[in-house]
Amino acid sequence: MPNSVLWAVDLFGRVYTLSTASQYWELCKDGQLEFKRVSAATQCCWGIACDNQVYVYVCASDVAIRRREEAYENQRWNPMGGFCEKLLLSDRWSWSDVSGLQHRPLDGVALPSPHWEWESDWYVDENFGGEPTEKGGWTYAIDFPATYTRDKKWNSCVRRRKWIRYRRYKSRDTWAKIPSKDDPKQLPDPFNDLSVGGWEITEEPSGRLSVWAVSVQGRVWYREDVSHSNPEGSSWSLVDTPGEVVQISCGPHDLLWATLWEGQALVREGIGRNSPTGSCWSIVEPPGPENGIMHVSVGVGVVWAVTKDRKVWFRRGVNSHNPCGTSWIEMVGEMTMVNVGLNDQVWGIGCEDRAVYFRQGVTPSELSGKTWKAIMAARECDRSHSGSSSSLLSAGCFFGDEVKGSGESAPSDTDATSEVERPGPGQHLPVESLDNSRNLKESLASGPVASRTAEGVIENACPTEGGPGLASTPAVLPWTNIDLKEPKKVPSHSAAGFPETTGLSSMGLLPLGLEEPYGAEDHPLWAWVSGGGCAVEACYVPKWFAAQSGLSPSVQTLSLSIMPAQTAAWRKQILQQLTERTKRELENFRHYEQAVEQSVWVKTGTLQWWCDWKPHKWVDVRVALEQFTGHDGARDSILFIYYVVHGEKKYIHVFLNDVTVLVPLLSEGKHSFALYTPERTRQRWPVRLAAATEQDMNDWLALLSLSCCESRKVHGRPSPQAIWSVTCKGDIFVSEPSPDLEAQEHPLPCDQMFWRQMGGHLRVVEANSQGVVWGLGYDHTAWVYTGGYGGGCFQGLASSTSNIYTQSDVKSVYIYENQRWNPVTGYTSRGLPTDRYMWSDATGLQECTKASTKPPSLQWTWVSDWSVDFSVPGGTDQEGWQYASDFPASYHGYKTMKDFVRRRCWARKCKLVTSGPWLEVAPIALRDVSIIPESPGTDRNGSSIALWAVSDKGDVLCRLGVSALNPAGSSWLHVGTDQPFTSVSIGACYQVWAVARDGSAFYRGSVSPSRPAGDCWYHIPSPPKQRLKQVSVGQTSVYALDENGNLWCRQGITPSYPQGSSWEHVSNNVCSVSVGPLDQVWVIADKVQGSRSLSRGTVCHRTGVQPHEPSGQGWDYGIGGGWDHISVRANATRAPRSSSREQEPSAPKEALGPACC
Amino acid sequence: MHYPIGLLFDLLASSSALPWNITVHFKSFPEKDLLHCPSKDVIEAHFMSCMKEADALKHKSQVINEMQKKDHKQLWMGLQNDRFDQFWAINRKLMEYPAEENGFRYIPFRIYQTTTERPFIQKLFRPVAADGQLHTLGDLLKEVCPSAIAPEDGEKKNQVMIHGIEPMLETPLQWLSEHLSYPDNFLHISIIPQPTD
Repeated sequence: MPNSVLWAVDLFGRVYTLSTASQYWELCKDGQLEFKRVSAATQCCWGIACDNQVYVYVCASDVAIRRREEAYENQRWNPMGGFCEKLLLSDRWSWSDVSGLQHRPLDGVALPSPHWEWESDWYVDENFGGEPTEKGGWTYAIDFPATYTRDKKWNSCVRRRKWIRYRRYKSRDTWAKIPSKDDPKQLPDPFNDLSVGGWEITEEPSGRLSVWAVSVQGRVWYREDVSHSNPEGSSWSLVDTPGEVVQISCGPHDLLWATLWEGQALVREGIGRNSPTGSCWSIVEPPGPENGIMHVSVGVGVVWAVTKDRKVWFRRGVNSHNPCGTSWIEMVGEMTMVNVGLNDQVWGIGCEDRAVYFRQGVTPSELSGKTWKAIMAARECDRSHSGSSSSLLSAGCFFGDEVKGSGESAPSDTDATSEVERPGPGQHLPVESLDNSRNLKESLASGPVASRTAEGVIENACPTEGGPGLASTPAVLPWTNIDLKEPKKVPSHSAAGFPETTGLSSMGLLPLGLEEPYGAEDHPLWAWVSGGGCAVEACYVPKWFAAQSGLSPSVQTLSLSIMPAQTAAWRKQILQQLTERTKRELENFRHYEQAVEQSVWVKTGTLQWWCDWKPHKWVDVRVALEQFTGHDGARDSILFIYYVVHGEKKYIHVFLNDVTVLVPLLSEGKHSFALYTPERTRQRWPVRLAAATEQDMNDWLALLSLSCCESRKVHGRPSPQAIWSVTCKGDIFVSEPSPDLEAQEHPLPCDQMFWRQMGGHLRVVEANSQGVVWGLGYDHTAWVYTGGYGGGCFQGLASSTSNIYTQSDVKSVYIYENQRWNPVTGYTSRGLPTDRYMWSDATGLQECTKASTKPPSLQWTWVSDWSVDFSVPGGTDQEGWQYASDFPASYHGYKTMKDFVRRRCWARKCKLVTSGPWLEVAPIALRDVSIIPESPGTDRNGSSIALWAVSDKGDVLCRLGVSALNPAGSSWLHVGTDQPFTSVSIGACYQVWAVARDGSAFYRGSVSPSRPAGDCWYHIPSPPKQRLKQVSVGQTSVYALDENGNLWCRQGITPSYPQGSSWEHVSNNVCSVSVGPLDQVWVIADKVQGSRSLSRGTVCHRTGVQPHEPSGQGWDYGIGGGWDHISVRANATRAPRSSSREQEPSAPKEALGPACC
Repeated sequence: MHYPIGLLFDLLASSSALPWNITVHFKSFPEKDLLHCPSKDVIEAHFMSCMKEADALKHKSQVINEMQKKDHKQLWMGLQNDRFDQFWAINRKLMEYPAEENGFRYIPFRIYQTTTERPFIQKLFRPVAADGQLHTLGDLLKEVCPSAIAPEDGEKKNQVMIHGIEPMLETPLQWLSEHLSYPDNFLHISIIPQPTD
């Protein structure tokens, strides 16, 4: 899980963050400003500073925030001078926006705020719908406005071209002031509260954020156009309210609550994709008439509130359909504020001790959680004197000398240890006083508070002494003699944190007063907390509480109260006796042979088998696995399947050294797996077996896999040359290539390759021969291979003990709601009798209702509710409907007279948690990745390994610092593009090819080890009338795949002209392609016909690929179906060429021509 | 008697000459004295129940109950296949105790004697005394099996054996439990007569 941070403001207005992976609060990098309120999202944090201005803190990322500005240059032809800038009077501006209605001269386009900078100068866009234009990017038409073409015709009277320029947001990792250049009349009065949310209303790439603010006068404002790509938004707009609002909270989804001055809560209704500000307010009464609500905070499906008597309340029954909920439940604890973060986790600030509390046990089924737990993290600046005791405790080794040694030197009991933890005042004073005098200076010198109220300064400075760590002995501290004395006592019932009292004043005025004793404790005093950017999984709690709980290792044996002398005596004796015993019982019998040399053992069980005869169905079978161990220790195994047909007992058997792969099958109801041998691979008919429980299946799978690996003597981590592949279920397989796999003559048939499974769940795996392996999940998370093996269902023996981590993946399940129009009632869910199901899958053949649709397999669980998917191809209307004349047809996103049916797509997310040798590469999600293949014979010692990727937003990225020792690399370098990209591939000689979203290809020039990102893109048109979707580059050859499954090979590539000249069609029926460092070509074929059935998703190897014939001759079919992806880019091994190679090209093994069914 | 083989050796054969000759019977199973194990699963179940009993004593079963089924499986597979690292990766957790305590709640132990009819002695015994002093092996024997230790002045009549060695009676019990327990997490202590050479 990636790390995320909790934001908090202490009583002095300093902003701190606490990472889920850390135990220390870190002072915000831009520590100059003092803040009253902060509200965080994952990418950014909004805040109101003590100068009452609004600031946004955008977290730094390797990918730049860039926006494209466009302007059009328009020209008209006249007989005298040809095309010129002189237009007709009725024409548009000679420089305009796309519609032509707005005048837009290049020098009139200004940066929106000082936080932006231009990336480059204006330039002409020469790419027109995926096709390059000649003649300076001009496109022609008969007249404005019309359809433009890139060809100049006899009747082309006007022409235009697009100029583009990028601006980049530069104020990252710092507080950027939101410019208040709005109309002065409308300028909102100073803000009092602010809340950020709404990021789940729209999905990527728009990534809209809702920013709501409350002014001192109680009015509510909404910030327009805030999104990832426009972090500041554009302007404030007023939202009418029925009363004076004091505080507001906006959830990640469509919940928005506010509190009124009078103590009721306001709930916004009608918030949605098309109306981010909602439509109307409704009022919710507080829990008691005299006990008004002071503070509310909302999540996705929860509302928490604090009333004026500091009691905490949970609102029952809140959801999207009923944002008001049903009733209040009182919770334990007294808080000044609560905040709901991601996953509906809750934080609060204790009323008495001003500590940040975390609500433990909040799960989807128990949203109110169990208990409050104080976060015990210290602040970064206190770290110097909170010495760790862990150094004293050595690992629990058994009888090592070092144990004895440190046992003698360690303090004789636990008290002593804890004394070291808390050094006396004398020890830490110097650090302390330095720290504090610095803080003092800072607060004196800085901030609007200092300039506004002198009193505030004293207030601010003074409590620093009450800060953590030192307060235990305040009297001893030398600097208490400075004229600061005690903080001014303010009665605590003056309601600190009440919006009415804090209104304009700074948080520095909050009373410390009576709570002085707490200042003596070792924790900071907090004023505000925001968990909107902090993802805490219900099952995994950060280490913020480590000081309090948990079983610590028993290594404290060392600090047991035993005299060192004694220690030595009994320890020494045990050690000595054990040594003697070993000698007595073992050493004298070394020459004895192993008693057990041969063994046969059997595991039996009951499974179901998908029978070989028609009608195919599951039949109950007895299964037995017999394992033999031969004299040489080698094991062999046979799997017997006993079945009964027509009352006759029969069996089939499989030698496990003959098995090529064991693969779990995708099935909604059954725990099933398939077993392939070369013969069964050719027939496209594996042995399918199903177990009654998941555990049972995993046991069998693990045991059979282990037996297969043993009989083939394959174990441990895969070699760097390994070939990786992924099934449509997300299971990962790896195969050790034999040297003759890529032999020129008689290559090993690829149905004989042995595949074994690795733990984890991925959509894509890419590797190179230096052992760098990256994977991408269905949720676009990037993962790097750790060098372990096993995980998933392979526990125990088949798994490495280290390098296995938890991995999760999320994907969506889609169903369709279909409706037919009838003249009386319009669109209804009553179709014709011949129609498809009114709730169906995409094909319309299967009925899929919201209630009956299950996650793809039993490993997946739902994590969201059904919601309309607006991102379907073809576009949708405002409610997500797509229209067509009839089922099945092509759908469009608007209604015409001829449309009689409509459909919309519903999506629901499900999640899988497994384990495997993978570690997450946070934080950027990726769509594609490519690692430079190692061509044979090259040695790239020292230089880092080139790795390119495309982010889920379409940004092209180049990873820096990747090496065999550090396969994850260090950081991303963003490579600018004019449009989003979908695929990238880097060849052995640093040729970088990529595919853009418009289906055309690009070649990146001048990429080299010293210039990892290259210099510019060369546009390469796609094959005629085809849109490319994937590209793969080997040593020299370049293959691309279009959206219709055609595979193309680039012709005419020479060292001096790496872009090549044309595309040559190689094959149809291809889903994905991988070209390796030997220019070997492997694909996943869509459909392959076997002797017994058809299989989709089959691994195929291109035969007859020669340097002078890079497109090859035929296909050799390997494992399938159900395969989704393969990477052969790590395999650079080839058997030595035989001398007869030049005489005649070897005949392809299988059918010539494209694979088809 | 379903005892670990090492214990059987300590208890019955520690003075016999090595190698230890074992007679394996293939018929007339002593149904009266021993439980018949029809399958490997039964042995696994028996082993796991010992582990659970030990953890009930050590941590009120908290640790073993928090484990997943696959962890339990790994304990058994590790033992079965003689893979110490696999086994210990999980068993380590069973050997931990809260930082604020000085040891387990109770020490899981069994004391076996050849001289009595009783199969073994098992009682609740804490690793730390009320005054914070650590209990030693001697303390334990004094409490639950005083006959095993020789009087101050008397002649040593018995050997106290664990894993084929005689730890000193001053050895802290907590340490023994952590380091000299059998795979089932019990400390199996054999009291055998002092051999008369």
